[in-house]
Amino acid sequence: MSTNFTVNSKAASTDAPPATPLLWVIREGLKLTGTKFGCGTGLCGACMVHIDGKRAYACQTQVSDIGGKSITTIEGLSADSSHPVQKAWLAERVPQCGYCQSGQIMSAADLLKQNPKPTREQIIEHMSTNICRCGTYQRIVRAVERAVREA
Amino acid sequence: MTKHIRSLNTQLSRRQVMTSAAGLTFAIALGADSRARAAAPASARSGKALSPWVSIAEDGTITLMSPATEMGQGSMTSLPLIIAEELDADWQKVRITPAPPNAAIYGNPAFGGLMMYTAGSNAVTAYFRPLRTFGAQVRRVFLNNAARHWGVPVDELTTEPSVVVHAKSGRRLSYGEIAAFAEIPAEPPAIKPEDLKKPAQFRLISKDVMRTELPSKVNGSATYSIDVQVPGMLYGAVLRAPVEGSAPHRIDDAKAKAVAGVTSIVRLPHGVGVIAETPWAAFMAREELTRSVTWTRTGTAWGFDSDRGLEDFAVEAKNLQGRAAEWSRQGDARGEFSKAASIVEAEYRCDYAYHAQMEPLNAVAAVSPAGDAVEIWAGTQSQTTATETPAKFLDIPREKVKLHDLLMGGGFGRRGNRDLDFIMDAVMLSKEVGRPVKVIWTREDDVHNGRFRPISAHYLRAGLDASGKMTAWHHRVAVDRIGPYYEPVLYQRNGGRDNVAMLGGEPRGYDVPHQLVEHVYRDTGVRTNPLRGISFLANKFATETFIDEIAGKRGIDPLAFRLALLKNTPRAYKAVERVAQMAEWGRKRDGRALGLAYIDYSGSQVAGVAEVSLDRTSGQVKLHNFWCTIDCGIAVQPDNVVAQTESSIVYGIGVALSERISIKNGLVEQSNFYDYRVPRMNEVPPMHIEVIQTDNHPTGAGQMATPLVAPAISNAVMQLAGVRLRHTPFTPERVKKALA
Repeated sequence: MSTNFTVNSKAASTDAPPATPLLWVIREGLKLTGTKFGCGTGLCGACMVHIDGKRAYACQTQVSDIGGKSITTIEGLSADSSHPVQKAWLAERVPQCGYCQSGQIMSAADLLKQNPKPTREQIIEHMSTNICRCGTYQRIVRAVERAVREA
Repeated sequence: MTKHIRSLNTQLSRRQVMTSAAGLTFAIALGADSRARAAAPASARSGKALSPWVSIAEDGTITLMSPATEMGQGSMTSLPLIIAEELDADWQKVRITPAPPNAAIYGNPAFGGLMMYTAGSNAVTAYFRPLRTFGAQVRRVFLNNAARHWGVPVDELTTEPSVVVHAKSGRRLSYGEIAAFAEIPAEPPAIKPEDLKKPAQFRLISKDVMRTELPSKVNGSATYSIDVQVPGMLYGAVLRAPVEGSAPHRIDDAKAKAVAGVTSIVRLPHGVGVIAETPWAAFMAREELTRSVTWTRTGTAWGFDSDRGLEDFAVEAKNLQGRAAEWSRQGDARGEFSKAASIVEAEYRCDYAYHAQMEPLNAVAAVSPAGDAVEIWAGTQSQTTATETPAKFLDIPREKVKLHDLLMGGGFGRRGNRDLDFIMDAVMLSKEVGRPVKVIWTREDDVHNGRFRPISAHYLRAGLDASGKMTAWHHRVAVDRIGPYYEPVLYQRNGGRDNVAMLGGEPRGYDVPHQLVEHVYRDTGVRTNPLRGISFLANKFATETFIDEIAGKRGIDPLAFRLALLKNTPRAYKAVERVAQMAEWGRKRDGRALGLAYIDYSGSQVAGVAEVSLDRTSGQVKLHNFWCTIDCGIAVQPDNVVAQTESSIVYGIGVALSERISIKNGLVEQSNFYDYRVPRMNEVPPMHIEVIQTDNHPTGAGQMATPLVAPAISNAVMQLAGVRLRHTPFTPERVKKALA
């Protein structure tokens, strides 16, 4: 039984059992390893992707949920790291270990899509879904604010 | 043509020039003293195996080795940058590659050069001088070759990035051009300290460059071991014994085996392994095993309760007649106490804490079918241990372990333990099935099998003379052991002193003539490891809170009290004075208060001020601002020092306010981020950080501010509410209890 969906504008399919989290299909099946495993319980945001244009935890999305859906991962956010959020992330030197940053960037890109001019409070509220153990939060706020300015 | 020189190592044959691909390779053993020479493998002495630090191709590309592993702290950039500085390399032409596991060449001088080990925030400190000297030697070789080529005196030549310049004639030769014809001396040029650049001449050090791997961290291309796939690979999960030293007793694996995609269930000495075709199948089967495996009652920690255990620790810490080992001594503290006009005492406690690096532990291993070699992909803080431990287990020579050390999704001390539990899972399972295996721990595995910052209880007393001056200091620390458990080899080398549990118990920097720190050794059997801030985390919580308590007893402002005690340590004085200015120390604020802390952390001077308020109903402490100064000498990458300090503060906030591991009947009670709460963005205040640049030898920056946070908060809460928080973390329940 095959499930068909789209990843980064390309047709994809999986034979994984319906209860399999999308995360493992993306990472091990499609080899798009920018999306990370952090907690497996929707608590840390390292696995954040966009499904039909909205952010979603890939670890909490099952294969049975994705038929016909359009999924964007960090690899598909831009072809050349040119998304305003990615550019701002480098300009503000955000990443440290970097492991959570794909999820952070996907969360931030989702915020700016919904709300191109968020306040600082809105940024903090939106981004508090994502844990960064290196504590890059102050730079993340600055980078989102920069992306807002430069988008 | 490649020319290898073994110049610094005079044990080697006089001149070893080998030809191969294009480029010039300088192979100079770092710190090639007798010890390094003795440690160099025999093959190196015959001129084959010594790996180079730097190679320069004829197109000008300069490849520099990075001896430290990268976990977000930036050493992969800052160490090669130190070579590049004295080499006067064009940074745009530099490529960085992880050094292979060869401690004789690349070993960290801070650990005697005997292991490659990235820990203790000491990489820049320890490698700074040798890497500069080495870079300067290579530069000198280029100058000498250009002088010979042009027939001019060498002292007429200068360098610009990757170019030798003869100003008189206007001639220029790039390093790549010189590499094509260079002759290599049998002995490396002698470099005296005065030959090195003055700080004012630095082009790279103290400037900010883009960290080399940063671009890969915004597009998903950065590779961690969890991302590795190799042909024929299977997936593994391991249900590990809940208590260290315990083993599987009965395994009923019928349900686990029935999970689609599971290929085998393997009994391991320390748990039960699952091999499957997908990670999800492995996890499902592991979950089944949690209900169908029983464990032997071997292992010390069975029955241990950390709350009760800490009560016992506190009794032992305070019992001056009880057994304790002298940890450090200055003057005659015991004698002074009998003369003291008054004595101030206090007690503090710290709970276990968990690293919570974002990448759950994992590794890929491919043991050869004959079992005589293994290839490993892992994120490790020690390339040496990561080859030695698997070699020992497989009973093969170390050279038969091929290690790919990859970026780490956080380390914080968790990835340096000698037994490398997370790598050995993969090695053992691969050996069992004869195929490559990627073992991934679930977050629950990572928490339950965490190796925690230990519990500790602290008893302190200070003796004051009739004028109020502090003359004697006594700190007794009862702490769960770390060294003998996590790194027995290093522990032995340190003479059986548990440095990672005990450093930082002294009031370093302060003028206190008589000091005694005692170690009450405890072994609960609970798994422990160094964690960011290491022993300074607990010990400075105790000492810096105590300093405030003494000031309070004397009715002196905590800032004035510290400055008076720091007047003979100018760098410390400045760090404290400046942070107080930044925070506007004297300014009263409604419903908020400030608390101060200062630490000499392995030579780095750090000071912090926390601004807090309290929700008295819930017991929640709220942080509004945190100011911090850091003087780590020459800041090789200043913006990265700021970044590391922000990071250290956030880590310290978690350990101060919410992060707590508790043990009941030997078992870890927490499981995931819902019951082990690390700081999120909405819990982190604005952080104001100032790097105080000095020309002192660089000292660490990776964790120095972490231990500032808990004492600064405790001291602020005292100012605000008149109650003293003595037990980290300051959970709302504990705060409410203190307020009641």
